[in-house]
Amino acid sequence: MSLMSLIVPDRRADRQADRVVPPSGHTAWLTSFTAGAMAFLAVFALALSLAAGRLADRWSDALERTATVRLSAPEDQMQLQTDAVLAILSTTPGIATARAMTDAEQRALLEPWFGPDLPIDALPLPRLIELTETGSGYDGEGLRQRLAAEAPGAVLDDHTRWRRPLAVAAGRLRLLGLLSIGLIGTATAAMITLAASAALAANAQVVRVLRQVGARDAYIARAFVRRFTLRALTGAAAGTLVGMIGVALLPSTDTAGGFLTGLGFQGLSWLYPLVLPPLMAVVAFIATRAAAFRKLRELT
Amino acid sequence: MIAFDNVAYSYGGGELLSDISLRLTPGSFHFLTGPSGAGKSTFLKLCYGELLPSAGRISLFDREVRSLSRDDIALTRRRIGMVQQDCQFLDHLPLAANVALPLTVAGKTSTPQDLTDLLGWVGLGQLADAKPPALSGGERQRAALARAIIIGPDVVLADEPTGNLDWEMSLRLLTLLVELNRMGKTVLIATHDLNLIRQAKAQVAARVLRISKRRVQLAGADL
Repeated sequence: MSLMSLIVPDRRADRQADRVVPPSGHTAWLTSFTAGAMAFLAVFALALSLAAGRLADRWSDALERTATVRLSAPEDQMQLQTDAVLAILSTTPGIATARAMTDAEQRALLEPWFGPDLPIDALPLPRLIELTETGSGYDGEGLRQRLAAEAPGAVLDDHTRWRRPLAVAAGRLRLLGLLSIGLIGTATAAMITLAASAALAANAQVVRVLRQVGARDAYIARAFVRRFTLRALTGAAAGTLVGMIGVALLPSTDTAGGFLTGLGFQGLSWLYPLVLPPLMAVVAFIATRAAAFRKLRELT
Repeated sequence: MIAFDNVAYSYGGGELLSDISLRLTPGSFHFLTGPSGAGKSTFLKLCYGELLPSAGRISLFDREVRSLSRDDIALTRRRIGMVQQDCQFLDHLPLAANVALPLTVAGKTSTPQDLTDLLGWVGLGQLADAKPPALSGGERQRAALARAIIIGPDVVLADEPTGNLDWEMSLRLLTLLVELNRMGKTVLIATHDLNLIRQAKAQVAARVLRISKRRVQLAGADL
C-alpha cells in the first residue's frame, strides 16, 4: 500500500475500502484541526528558521569584511599617529580601503548611549579607523605586529569577539526553528495516532465483521489510512494557507526594523511552506498505518 | 478439509475441549450439539481460525492453522462461510452491500442479477436497500447465510442459526442449508434444537456430533 495509491482519488479498490468504514465521527474534525493547527505553527517555525538563517548570514557578512583600528594618543600627536596608521594600512596587502572616522561619525556612534549633547571634544576618545578588506583578506597577526612597532597606541579589532557570539546565537535560533518543526511533526504524528486508534476502537465491530468475511489487515487498514491521510492533507493545506497569509501580513523589513520585522519569506522561500501539507500527509500516513496494524492485532 | 488431531482448548485456566480428533470431509453434513456452555461456539471458532488450539493440531485445507499468517487466515476464511448466532453487519451499508461484502474485500464483483437472485433465494429480494438495523431476527439470519455463501465457500459453518427464529423460519433456513449441501458444500451446524436435527435427517445424510465432558463424540441414532 503506497502513499500515492491512497491519495489518488479514482482508485476503485480504495473507494470500496473507504466505504466499509462508517462515516466519520469526532475523529474527523480532530484530525483535520490538528493537522491545520500544526501546519499553521510549522509555517511560523519555518519563517523563524529562515529569518534566523538570513540574520546569521547578514551579521557575518557585515562584520566579516570589516575591522577597526582604535588609536589612543595624546591630542597633539593624534593626527600624526593617525596618518602613520593610515600609511601602514595603505601598504598592507589585503586591505581595500582605510579611513579615519570623523568626529561627527564618532558622535553618532556614541549618541544612542550618551545622548546628543555629549561634549565629545572634551573627552579623550580614541580615534577610530575603519578598514575593509579585499576578498583574499589580510594577515591580522602581521598587521598587529606592524602597528605595535610603528604606532604603539593603535589596536586592531577584527570584530571576531562580536561576530562569533552573534553567529552562534543566530545559528542556534535557526536550529530552534528546525527543532520546532521536528517537534510539531512528532506531535502531529502522536495526535493522529491517537485519533486513528480511537477510530479503530470505535469501529471494533466493523473490524470484526471484515475479518470474519476474509478481509486482510492491509484492506482494513487502507480504509482508515486513506481517510486520515486525506484529512491531514486537507487540514494541513488550510493551516499552511492561513499561516502564509499571516506571515505575509507581518510588517515588512525597513531600516528601523529589527529581527521581528524580517520574520517572513523572501523570493523562492515562499515555496518552502508548500512542502508542509504533503509532509503532514506523509506523517499521517505513517502514523495511521502503524496504529492501524497495531490495533488490528489487538482487536482480532 | 477441516481436520482435528488430539485438539484441546483451554480458557481461563480450565480445559474447555480436550482430545478431539475428527475430520469434516467434502460434501458432508454435520450437526454439533451439546448443552449451553459445552463449547460449541468455541469449536466453530477453532474451525475457522478465530481461536488457536492450546494443544493438538488443526488443519484447514491441509495447512496447519498455527503456521498460517494473519493474511493466510483471511484467505482461508474466504473458503469458509460463517453464520453467527448474533449476526453482525455493517449498519451503515444497505443489505445488498453487506451481503456482497466477502466479494468486496476479496476484490471481486458480482453482477446485480446474481446478487438479486441470491437475495431472492433467501427470501430477501425486497429488502436489498434496507439497512441491517431495520431487519428482523429471521431476516438477519438469512442475510448472514447469503453473505456466508456469496463467495462460493467450500464449507459453511452456522452457530445456532435458528436460535432466534420461529419454527417455520427455522425450517426455511434449514432447507437453504440442505440445498447448499446438495450443491456440494460441507455444512456444520451447531445447535441444541433436536427437532431441527430430526427434520434435517429426513432430508439429508447428516451426522451428529455431541460435545460431552469436553470431548466430541459421534452421537447415536436415537436422535
